[in-house]
Amino acid sequence: MSSEKRKILVCCGTGCLANNSYNVYTKFLDRLKNTSIDVVPSVKSTGCNGLCEKGPVVKILPDEISYFKVKESDVDEIVEKNILNGEVVDRLLYFDTNEKKRIVSHKDASFYKHQNKIALRNIGEIDPQSIEDYKERGGYMALEKVLFSMTPEQIIKEIESSGLRGRGGAGFPTGNKWRTCFQFENNPKYVVCNGDEGDPGAFMDRSVMEGDPNTVIEGMIICAFAINSNRGFLYIRDEYQLARKNMQLAIESAMAHGYLGKNIMGSGFDFDLEIVRGGGAFVCGESSALMASIEGSVGEPRAKYIRSVEKGLWDQPTVLNNVETWANVPPIILNGADWFRNLGTEKNSGTKVFSLVGKVKNTGLVEIPMGTTLRELVFDIGGGIIKDRPFKAVQTGGPSGGCIPKEHLDVSMDFDSLNNIGSMMGSGGVIVMDDTTCMVELARYYMEFLAEESCGKCTTCREGISTMVKILNNITNGNGKMEDLDLLESLSGTIKDASLCGLGKTAPNPVMTTLKYFRDEYIDHIVNKKCSAGVCKNLTSYSIDKDTCIGCGLCAKKCPTGAISGTLKSPHEISHDTCIKCGTCFSVCPSGAVVIGGAANEN
Amino acid sequence: MVDSSIDLMESNEILKKYPPEKRFTLAILQDVQKQYGYVPRETMNLIAEYLSQPVSEIYSMATFYKALSLKAKGKYIIKVCNGTACHIRGSNALMDEVAEVLDIIPGETTSDGLFSIEIVNCLGACALAPVMVIDDKYYGGMTKEKVKSVIEEYRRAK
Ligand SMILES: Cc1cc2nc3c(=O)[nH]c(=O)nc-3n(C[C@H](O)[C@H](O)[C@H](O)COP(=O)(O)O)c2cc1C
Ligand code: SF4
Ligand code: SF4
Ligand code: FES
Ligand code: FES
Repeated sequence: MSSEKRKILVCCGTGCLANNSYNVYTKFLDRLKNTSIDVVPSVKSTGCNGLCEKGPVVKILPDEISYFKVKESDVDEIVEKNILNGEVVDRLLYFDTNEKKRIVSHKDASFYKHQNKIALRNIGEIDPQSIEDYKERGGYMALEKVLFSMTPEQIIKEIESSGLRGRGGAGFPTGNKWRTCFQFENNPKYVVCNGDEGDPGAFMDRSVMEGDPNTVIEGMIICAFAINSNRGFLYIRDEYQLARKNMQLAIESAMAHGYLGKNIMGSGFDFDLEIVRGGGAFVCGESSALMASIEGSVGEPRAKYIRSVEKGLWDQPTVLNNVETWANVPPIILNGADWFRNLGTEKNSGTKVFSLVGKVKNTGLVEIPMGTTLRELVFDIGGGIIKDRPFKAVQTGGPSGGCIPKEHLDVSMDFDSLNNIGSMMGSGGVIVMDDTTCMVELARYYMEFLAEESCGKCTTCREGISTMVKILNNITNGNGKMEDLDLLESLSGTIKDASLCGLGKTAPNPVMTTLKYFRDEYIDHIVNKKCSAGVCKNLTSYSIDKDTCIGCGLCAKKCPTGAISGTLKSPHEISHDTCIKCGTCFSVCPSGAVVIGGAANEN
Repeated sequence: MVDSSIDLMESNEILKKYPPEKRFTLAILQDVQKQYGYVPRETMNLIAEYLSQPVSEIYSMATFYKALSLKAKGKYIIKVCNGTACHIRGSNALMDEVAEVLDIIPGETTSDGLFSIEIVNCLGACALAPVMVIDDKYYGGMTKEKVKSVIEEYRRAK
């Protein structure tokens, strides 16, 4: 056994908390109180380890043993076997579906070993509420470095040469933005963090704010010092209660430690930071809408020709960056621009955090060097598709992004390559879809989302998107016409050209990319009245293939309306009159005998 | 229409926490929403006066932001996620089941004032999709089958 003091890290990010990790944490504290052991291990609650689906996650250091799906009732065994006797509790180890074996340290697992954590470097390793933990891992050293040994010019130069591009969506060079703001001399200037994270399916910003709030604060102070700003705001999404709490605690302890407030670390530089709680409007993630929201107005975007670096908050020069962008700043300052440039590709340096979700085996947060291929992301790290079903597509970039079909599985995951194939990076949401996802319905879903979130200022955006939703509703309900496809295309063009902000300008992307790559599916819906994914209920029917059915009876048992009949060991049959097309039989059948057909009345 | 159950004392307490600056409008409205479960008309007048803003401005804030509502909500707000990750893992079926068990549609409140259903876009726990949240407690990996018993727990707790 190592002489270093043992640590037990219990993941208390949102995902693990949902699976009762807090009780696991307190159980460890209790259990260790009643243990006679020379050196009592310290127990810490940490932020998200990324593999939330397999949570609660418990790590034992320095042994590097990681346990997954830990329940309160497992705590005794972990303490007795592992802590007291140095034995590993096999059954709680990670099961690697690629290597088909259990893995002792999470670092060796397929999900983690391809990762390279910069923005997420501390998350899962520290107690987010402890500034001491952050400092132990080099926290606030970058701040000290800039305050006492760098000029604003040098700081900006360093960020510029690192090639860091904004992680919030557009990939705008961060150094450029800082330099432009630096050059304006009308004070006050503001530094703002975009923590609105509206892209459904993405949760990296949440994880950073919850799991390592100090890195965001440190990044913002560094920028403030460089551009000469004394006041900053953190705009945090309404739903993110834990993120707001941990950020608030971190701001308070940074104040107490002299990293915020007056005369920071004795340097004479002042900077104050406060949190603004969002109001639950997607469009408020857009820079000018976000600023209007901080000012206490309705969050409507304004025309882009007025740039917010020049006239931002209260019309003063403002730097707005995304949470993940901020988290990259302290390590770049400490390790240098060259170190950062060495990661990723030439024009896309560093790493990007992706949230890998949907129909993939290992869902969670993944930080990889830019330039990693989509295939590596989905298959090596993600472990492939759930139940090994066929891969159909991924959607990146959220509602403004596009879908990527399997022909492009080898695309490099970086800003430029994704743009080239009609999708975009966005905030890094990667939604994996299999053959049971209907691409037409997905397009309909995104358009409905955007119709609801449009602020309504531009007619093209407001009316255009709703019209597209109506057309897509018709197609998915079985009332589509072939002319609809041309109409969708021409509407897409108009909305793109005539809308003011990024929401409208990118809104048609989901329709355009699905039309481009999955036109056959649209035609199948319109002409053959068939949804082969079994999602559009009017265009779906289920039946049982007599030759494949083994007569196990499972489907009949699970069918909520009793629509399936048959005797054991002989082929079963579905009655179309009683079937409500819930798809239960399709998902439970062990032999793949349930097949999806088109609209039932056609048969 | 004056709602007699509204105690404006509490609104005044909320206002006292903030300096009378326009930028606190959203924060004040959030606090009011939390206090009453919605934004009552009378409080909008109070806020407008306190911040020296037209009532229409306060009203448009209250209608623009989804976190605010003009109608009273239930004691427990069931938020069912229909973000993309949840959507493709079957959140529709989950929404239908919640609506059926409570016999109301999303946006409505049960007649006993106990539950409201809201459809939200992503709760940031996408790895556990489909997800629903009741009073800040997350329920991950939800299935239709689990809905009834989860709701029953809250019914019993009242
Ligand atoms: C409709 C819309 C929504 C957006 N939502 C977000 C968001 O939730 N988070 C974010 O960081 N950026 C969002 N953006 C991008 C921001 O406008 C802005 O580019 C970004 O915050 C700048 O930071 P960065 O350069 O560090 O990426 C959104 C843009 C648009 C048009
Ligand atoms: S494009 Fe849409 S969301 Fe953007 S300003 Fe116009 S109406 Fe509002
Ligand atoms: S579950 Fe599949 S194999 Fe079993 S009876 Fe139904 S159709 Fe046949
Ligand atoms: S919250 Fe624990 S792994 Fe994500
Ligand atoms: S999509 Fe449902 S929690 Fe993110």
